[in-house]
Amino acid sequence: MKSNNNTIFWEDERVDGADKVTGKAKYTAEHNLPNMAYAVFVTSTIAKGTIKNVDTSKALAMPGVLDIIYYANCPAVPGYSTNAAERPKNVTEWRGYKALNDNKVRFFGQPIALVVADSFENANAAIRFVKAEYEVEKFETNFDKARLEPANLKAPINYKRGTEKKFKEAVAFVEAEYNIPIEVHNAMELFATIAYWEGEDKITLYDKTQGPKSTQSTIAKTFGLSDKNVRVIAENVGGGFGSGLRSWPHVVAACIASKKLNRPIKLVLTRPQMFSMVGYRPQSWQKIGLGADAAGNFIGISHEAISNTSRYEDFREGIVEASKFLYACENVDTKYSILPLDLSTPIWMRGPGEATGCFALESAIDELSYKLKMDPIQLRIKNFTAINPENKLPFSDINIKDCYAYGMEKIGWKNRAMVPGTLKENGLLIGYGMSVGVFGAGKGSASVRIVLSNDGKLLLECAVSDMGPGTMTSMSIIAADALQMPIQKIKFKLGDSDLPPGPSQGGSGTTSTVGSAVDLACKTLQQKIKELAIQYAPAFSATTADALEVKNEMVVLKTDANTKIDISALLKLANQEKIDLTITSNGKTAAQLKFTSNSFSAHFVKLSVNPKDGSIKILNVVTTGDAGKIISPKTARSQMIGGVVGGIGMALTEKLEIDHATGQIINASFGAYHVPLHSQIPATDVWFVNKPDPNINDIGAKGIGEIALIGFAAAVSNAVYNATGKRVRDLPITPEKLGFKSVKA
Amino acid sequence: MKPCNQHDGRRGFLKKSASIAVLYFTPATLVKTFAMDAIVPLPIAKEKLAITINGKLMNLEIDARTTLLNLLREDLAYTGTKKGCEMGQCGACTIHINGKRTKSCIQLALNNQNNKITTIEGLSEGEKLHPMQAAFLKNDAFQCGYCTSGQIMSAVACVREGNAKTRKSIQTYMDTNICRCGAYQNIVDAIEEVAKSGAKI
Repeated sequence: MKSNNNTIFWEDERVDGADKVTGKAKYTAEHNLPNMAYAVFVTSTIAKGTIKNVDTSKALAMPGVLDIIYYANCPAVPGYSTNAAERPKNVTEWRGYKALNDNKVRFFGQPIALVVADSFENANAAIRFVKAEYEVEKFETNFDKARLEPANLKAPINYKRGTEKKFKEAVAFVEAEYNIPIEVHNAMELFATIAYWEGEDKITLYDKTQGPKSTQSTIAKTFGLSDKNVRVIAENVGGGFGSGLRSWPHVVAACIASKKLNRPIKLVLTRPQMFSMVGYRPQSWQKIGLGADAAGNFIGISHEAISNTSRYEDFREGIVEASKFLYACENVDTKYSILPLDLSTPIWMRGPGEATGCFALESAIDELSYKLKMDPIQLRIKNFTAINPENKLPFSDINIKDCYAYGMEKIGWKNRAMVPGTLKENGLLIGYGMSVGVFGAGKGSASVRIVLSNDGKLLLECAVSDMGPGTMTSMSIIAADALQMPIQKIKFKLGDSDLPPGPSQGGSGTTSTVGSAVDLACKTLQQKIKELAIQYAPAFSATTADALEVKNEMVVLKTDANTKIDISALLKLANQEKIDLTITSNGKTAAQLKFTSNSFSAHFVKLSVNPKDGSIKILNVVTTGDAGKIISPKTARSQMIGGVVGGIGMALTEKLEIDHATGQIINASFGAYHVPLHSQIPATDVWFVNKPDPNINDIGAKGIGEIALIGFAAAVSNAVYNATGKRVRDLPITPEKLGFKSVKA
Repeated sequence: MKPCNQHDGRRGFLKKSASIAVLYFTPATLVKTFAMDAIVPLPIAKEKLAITINGKLMNLEIDARTTLLNLLREDLAYTGTKKGCEMGQCGACTIHINGKRTKSCIQLALNNQNNKITTIEGLSEGEKLHPMQAAFLKNDAFQCGYCTSGQIMSAVACVREGNAKTRKSIQTYMDTNICRCGAYQNIVDAIEEVAKSGAKI
C-alpha cells in the first residue's frame, strides 16, 4: 500500500487490472443484444468518382442477408441535409463524408454499401457479391508531388515576431527539410459500434470512443434527438491514441441500419478498414531555419510546414507551435498550410502536431550544435526560458533542466563522441542522442457524482473514458488520498454518457480535468461529513468544521485523536443511507490563467548501427517527464514506456504506403505496416521530476500521454547521426537512407 | 433453412435459379464459389462439432465457415479472446489448442473436432489468478488490456515450452503478439518473473 501523503491507502496495481488479465473486461464488440444483426461494409475500389450503379441482386439472394443499404435506399438522416434552412433547430450537419448517402467516392476504400445479415459469416460472404460500376475521375494522392504546386495549398496561417528569416544573419545556422509519412494509430481493438433504437427517438450505442459525451452529442445532433435520449456506452476502450476523438461515418451507418431494420446492429471494422476509415497522422513536409550567435544564443527560428488533409474536410494541428515558445528567441516566423488530397481525413495521433514539429525542431538544434561545436544539451540550456516568449506569460512550472541532468547521467552521456561516427563497441557504431518534447497542460470543466454509503463504500462517477492510461486507477488514488481511505472501498465508474459529464480522453487533459473534479468532490464530501458530525454526534456538537478532520474512515477532532466517530456509524446516527453529491469543477481560475502551462519531456537514446548493413538497434532509452505531481507512479511509468515504443515506430518502422496510380493503400495490415514488436524494444528507464505544479490545479498534476512520444523520433535521428555522421531527415530511418542497398530490418 | 442429409451434396453447387435447393459447403469449396461469379451459393448447412472448451465438452451445430475465434466470441460468449486483425498477424486471438498456442482467427472451428481448447477464461481457477495473470497485474504488463489475453496465452506457452530462459528468447518468442500501447518491457518482466519463480504453470 502506498500514498502520496506518506500514509498508506492504495496499492499501485490497476483497480480494473484483474478484469483485464482474466478476459472479463468487455469491449464494444463483445456486447450481444437479442435479435442483433451483423453489418459489414462494401468499400470502393477507386479513389475518386461517381458510382453509376450498384448491383445488389446476387448478394441479396445470399443466405441470411437482410438488407443492403446504399445511396439509392438509404433512409433520410436529418444531419445529412446540406440545407441549413431545412434542418430542424436541434440538428447539426454531419461533419465529414456522409456514409451511404450519395454516389460520390472520395477515397479508395470508402464505404459504399452496408450489407446486413443474420450472422457475421453470412454478411461477410455477401459483400463479395455486391458489384459497383463507377465513373472514374482524376485524383491525386501523392503528397510529395502535389505540395510543390502552390495553388494546391490551402488555409495558410502565418506567425511572426521580430524579423522574418533572421536566422540567415546568424554566425552559425542550419536550414533543412523534414518529411514524415502518414502513420496510422492502429489501436488493437477494432472500431465497432452496436446501435439499437429503443424507440422512434431513443437510441443506445455501444461504441468505441474516447468521448462518450462527445459521441452522444454528435449522434443527438445528427438525428435531431435530445441528449438524454442518446446513451453511449464505452466501458473499456482498447486503445485510441487519438483516433477515437470524433465519431466516424461507421457510427452513423450503424445507426441508419438499426433504424431501417428496427433491430440492434453490430458493425465491426476490419483491420484493413482501420487504415482508411478512422484517421491517421497526416503526411507532412517541414522546413526549419535555425541560427545562433557564437555563444549559442538563438538569433532566429523559421519554421514552415505543410500537412495533408482530405478534399472534404480541413484538418490541421500544432506542427509549428513548439517553435514559437519552447526556447528563448526574439525572431521567430512560422508558416503552416494544408494540402487537400483524395484521401480520408486525418486526425490527431498521439503527440499530435507537436510530435511532428518537435522532430524537425529538435533535429535542427542537434544539427546546429555540431556547427557550434557545442554539446546539444548545453545549447538547449543556453536557450532556456522560464517565460513563454510567445504569450509572455511565465510557465506555471518548468524543471526541464532536472530532466537533462538525470538523463545525461543515466544514459552515460559522457561517453558520447563529439565527432560523429567515431565511437564503436563490438564492431558496431555507437551513437547517443537526445531531444525535448512539450505539450500544453489544460484544465477543463467536469462533473463528478460522489456517493458515500453507510457501509463505508465510496462510488465516484464521470462520463469520461479510459483507453488505457489507467484513468480508473489514478482517479481512485486521488480519492483515496483526499479522503484518506483505502482504495479497496472506492469504485470509479466511467464510460457511460448517462454519468455526469466529463471530457473526451485526449490532449493529456484527463488527469488535470477529471482529477480536479474528483478532488473537489472529495473535499465537498468531507465538509458534508463534518457538518453531519457536528449536527448528530454529541461529542462534536460544540465544535466547528475547522476543528475536525476526516481520515481513516472516521471524523476526528484535530486536537484530540481520541475524540472520533466512524463515518458509517455517523451516517446511521444521522439516519442516512448515503451522502450523494454531484459537483462540477470548472476550468482554470483567474490566478491560474496568469500562467501558461505545459508538460515537458526529455528523451535520451543510445543505439548501435551495424556498419555492414545499416541496421539500427536501440540499446538503451532514458525518458524523463516534467509534468507536476505524478498521481499513479506505476501507470504513469507504463505510459512513458508506451510513448517510447510509439516513438520507435515513428522513428524506425512506420509508414503508410499508397499506390498513387490507383490511390489504394498497399500495406493495410500488421504484416505490411510495421509497428514495433517485442524484440525491437530496449530497456527503458523512466524518471519524473514529480513535483506538484502549484499553478495548474489543486492537485498539482499535468498530463503525460503526449510528451511521452513528442520529440522521441528526433532523439533517435540525432543518435543515428552521432553514430554514423549521416543526418536522416525523412522518417522512418531505414538502412537504405543510411546508404545501404541491402535492407535488413 | 431446409433440413438436409449430411452425406450427399456436400460439394454441390446450383445455379441461382434453383433457389429452393440446399447447398452444403466445405471450406475448401468455399473459395471456388467466390471465384465463380455467376453461381450463387444457397443456404449454408450447419455442421456438427464436438469440442472441449476450458474443460467443458460441447456438442455444437455451427456454420461451416465460422472461425474458431468467431465461434468463441460471437456464438459462445467467450469474449476474453480478442479479435485484432483476422489475419493471424497480431496475436490478440491466441489460445491453446491441445496445449499448443494457436491463433484462433485463422482456424476454422470445424477443423477442431474433439480438440481441447483453453482460453484466457480457462486459465484461472475460480477467483484465483493464474501465476502469469498475477505477474501481468503486478508488473503492469498492459494498458488498454485488449492484447492482454493473447499476450498471456502466449506467455504461458513461452514458459511451458522452455523459451523463457533469457529476455532475448522471451522477446523472440513473443514477437507474435503486438501491443500497440507498448507494454512490451513490462510483459517481458512478467514472463521472466514467472519463469524464474519456477511456479508450475
